Amino acid sequence: MTAEARILLDQVAVGQSLPELAIDVTPTTVVLGALASRDWRPMHHDYKFATERNGVADIFLNTPNQAAWFERYVTDWAGPRARLGRMKFRMKTSVFPGHRMVFTAIVTAVSTDSAGCGWVSIDVALSVGAAEADPSSYVVASTCEVRLALPDSSTDNPWSRSGEQWVP
Amino acid sequence: MTDNNPTDLPVAVTSVIGVSQYLQIATFDVENSYAYNTLAATENANPLFWDDAVAQELTSGRILPPTTLSLWMRPHYWEPGAEGEQVALQVHFDLKKIFELPEAVMTDNTIIFYEPVRAGDRISNSQVLKSVSGPKTTKLGSGRFWVIDVEFKNQHGALVGIESYTGFGYRRDQEVAAS
Repeated sequence: MTAEARILLDQVAVGQSLPELAIDVTPTTVVLGALASRDWRPMHHDYKFATERNGVADIFLNTPNQAAWFERYVTDWAGPRARLGRMKFRMKTSVFPGHRMVFTAIVTAVSTDSAGCGWVSIDVALSVGAAEADPSSYVVASTCEVRLALPDSSTDNPWSRSGEQWVP
Repeated sequence: MTDNNPTDLPVAVTSVIGVSQYLQIATFDVENSYAYNTLAATENANPLFWDDAVAQELTSGRILPPTTLSLWMRPHYWEPGAEGEQVALQVHFDLKKIFELPEAVMTDNTIIFYEPVRAGDRISNSQVLKSVSGPKTTKLGSGRFWVIDVEFKNQHGALVGIESYTGFGYRRDQEVAAS
């Protein structure tokens, strides 16, 4: 494994798409993610609670785990030198076992701030549907706006920034 | 959610809007095993979190995945002396109780990342209720939206992150009809 930059700021353009990522969600996906984030609330592991108390179709992916999936998705593309500054996501519908999660994204802005840090803004969509269904029938379950710092050269390292040099 | 902080809110709510509450210090140190759990749960192969040489070069040693931020302040499910369910976002549960809304979901989440979190850190946080909406009805039921900010610091007082949650507390419609 290497710390080399995978993508530099000047290699990214507005309108660029990120590679798609598809994951089949199982009960284990939901429970593993909830317990990894120390989220013990029963709607993330107890089918009867989720369906009978919450009135939803099944146990569902919890909020911190969705955040972790978004992190994984964008850093898969950008590499280890990329540093998350901010993410804002909206959950429109839940992600249940039996769904296929499909992550897609598009770059909406490329900029350099007054401290000299390079940034990309990315709109990520998490769509879901039955694994065997036509992907065109999938619905957007969550959207996420990501502000991600990228190196502007092979020696730049956004992780070295702190204080006034880091403006996420 | 255009009518934030309407005039029908009880004093128990209006008196705490904008007030920092529940300053808490984690009961355990940050540890790498939780990083592995999160990385495994999301099949995340980022070498920054798996390879000591990469971590040393980029971050002068191992850091935790940024999106693990909230887990350091989540209480143990049980510990000696604790009674009842231990919850992480107490303001959220206070609002459910005040408005008598038995169910709740989170709809929006914003996280801003500052100093990286490292193994051995001891994280603290506090919660601020930012706003509460008037009564709303969604496909889940009838209730209210609220926004809660949570600020996280490390043991040196350095800001490591800010989270903002929008929650929807609700009563399912058939429960409304039956009550």
